[in-house]
Amino acid sequence: MRNVWIICRKELGSYFVSPIAYLLLTMFALIFGFFFWNALGYFVLMGMESQMRGQAFPMNLNEEVIRPLLSNVSVIGLFFIPMITMRLFAEEKRTGTIELLATSPIRDLEIIVGKWLAALILYACLLLFTALNFAFLFRYGNPDWKPLAIGYLGLLLQAGGLLAIGTFISTLTKNQIIAGAATFGVCLLLWVLEWVSGYETATWAKVLSYMSVITHFESFAKGVLNTKDAIFYLTVIFVGLFFTSRSMESLRWRS
Amino acid sequence: MITVKDLTKRYARTVAVDQISFEVQKGQIVGFLGPNGAGKTTTMRMLTCFLPPSSGSANVAGFDVLEQPLEVKRRIGYLPETPPLYPEMETAEYLAFVGKLKGLSGSELNKRIDFACERCAIADVKKRILGKLSKGYRQRVGLAQAIIHNPDVLILDEPTAGLDPKQINETRDLIKGLAGDHTIILSTHILPEVEQTCEQVIIINKGKLVATDSVQNLQARARGAESVLVEVAGQNGNLDLAVVQKRLEQVRGVSRVQYKTSHANRNVFEIESRKGFVRGDLARAVVEAGWDLNELRSAAMSLEEVFLQLTGSEKPAGTPEPVGKGAD
Repeated sequence: MRNVWIICRKELGSYFVSPIAYLLLTMFALIFGFFFWNALGYFVLMGMESQMRGQAFPMNLNEEVIRPLLSNVSVIGLFFIPMITMRLFAEEKRTGTIELLATSPIRDLEIIVGKWLAALILYACLLLFTALNFAFLFRYGNPDWKPLAIGYLGLLLQAGGLLAIGTFISTLTKNQIIAGAATFGVCLLLWVLEWVSGYETATWAKVLSYMSVITHFESFAKGVLNTKDAIFYLTVIFVGLFFTSRSMESLRWRS
Repeated sequence: MITVKDLTKRYARTVAVDQISFEVQKGQIVGFLGPNGAGKTTTMRMLTCFLPPSSGSANVAGFDVLEQPLEVKRRIGYLPETPPLYPEMETAEYLAFVGKLKGLSGSELNKRIDFACERCAIADVKKRILGKLSKGYRQRVGLAQAIIHNPDVLILDEPTAGLDPKQINETRDLIKGLAGDHTIILSTHILPEVEQTCEQVIIINKGKLVATDSVQNLQARARGAESVLVEVAGQNGNLDLAVVQKRLEQVRGVSRVQYKTSHANRNVFEIESRKGFVRGDLARAVVEAGWDLNELRSAAMSLEEVFLQLTGSEKPAGTPEPVGKGAD
């Protein structure tokens, strides 16, 4: 556990010493800020319209602002995750520092989990910016905090899975760009897999749609903690990290 | 301290290291000598548990590299060919990170960082960013990193590669200074480096062990066939080359004389010698014959020639071909 923390601290250090973390945080804050502004603008417009029509239409911040925004964050995340994970192992392989890690008295798994954890913490930092925006809703409105908390849990679980996949892909190459592009491709694919359920109901379509990371986020966005979906994400994390450790082992046999 | 037995590393198409066996005693400095691609790096990587051997065994500091890699790793310090530095870290920060990786903590860690910095003369760049250090400093930080946890065994892969002559000397002195506390294996393709720093030499070529011997023995063997360059000039510029050659051949201990065409009016002969050759004899012979002796120097014996001598093989067509990808 101590070793995991050592690696994690070092990774966080290199994220925050280099411009990567700040670039990602800025971009994310801008993009999410724009989404938030739009969602809120639409919500206010709807509110005024329903007032003008004289209907006492029950307006719900959770339903109409937080829920779609959380879904948006989960999609924006797909674009940011490759940028977070692409350097994790590719960089170490390129500069040769992987030899230092691999010849230190530390297990492969500790290295992998440490790096993955650092990536997850950086992602959590991105989410902090959304919390900043949501804080305004709590200041001027009265949304329920529990669904939001579950939504965040879902975002972290989903990101954990995708980050694990990204970490795995990063062990496959020395080239960060390749690692990033491949991770992005996989993330995108895992997102759009869900579309087949729109026109096809056969078993294979159900399987494909089940594999989509977005499908499993719906319940979290609603604020429902669905064990099945949580287990899906945990499985993705586990499988991703397992493949990473196999890949690291094969690295030694191949290099 | 290190026992290697029939160690072999096979890749898909090549055999990078082919059944080498050797032993290193505690406290020794051993030079691992071989041309580029001989399998030095691969062997070192197997000793440091970075690569698993295809067959054979290696025991480092009392533990087998395959059975108990973590125990081996605790007891070795390793400097790969390119120092494994994180360019964005500061020197002290980096050493702290490595120290923690190796299991140090608290005041002991700080003590070891100070010790390593002092030992490797990098105390003045403690707060500098590694990416901005000069090559010599990076190499020394790499060394500091290897000794941070006071390991029993130090494995250094070409520690002087790419340094300028002054830095090379400093690094050699540094390594010699470390010898008392650690058993050291260092690889190199430079023969004088071994002569100056090591007590024992292990020579490998194309993945095979060629010789393991003490440096004195190697030097003696190499000196047995010293080759010397002589520049002879005749008075008034006329000189019968055939006569000179004949005269030189008669000097005691000379086995072969070869005329090397030279620019301008310089006539240079290369002389290969056997045991019992004394340079003074040669100089006297030239002067007594009435010629001028303009230069007499020993030609540095290339590693290749030592190899040839040690292995007794014929003159090579070219440089030895590298064996095994990723070896260097």
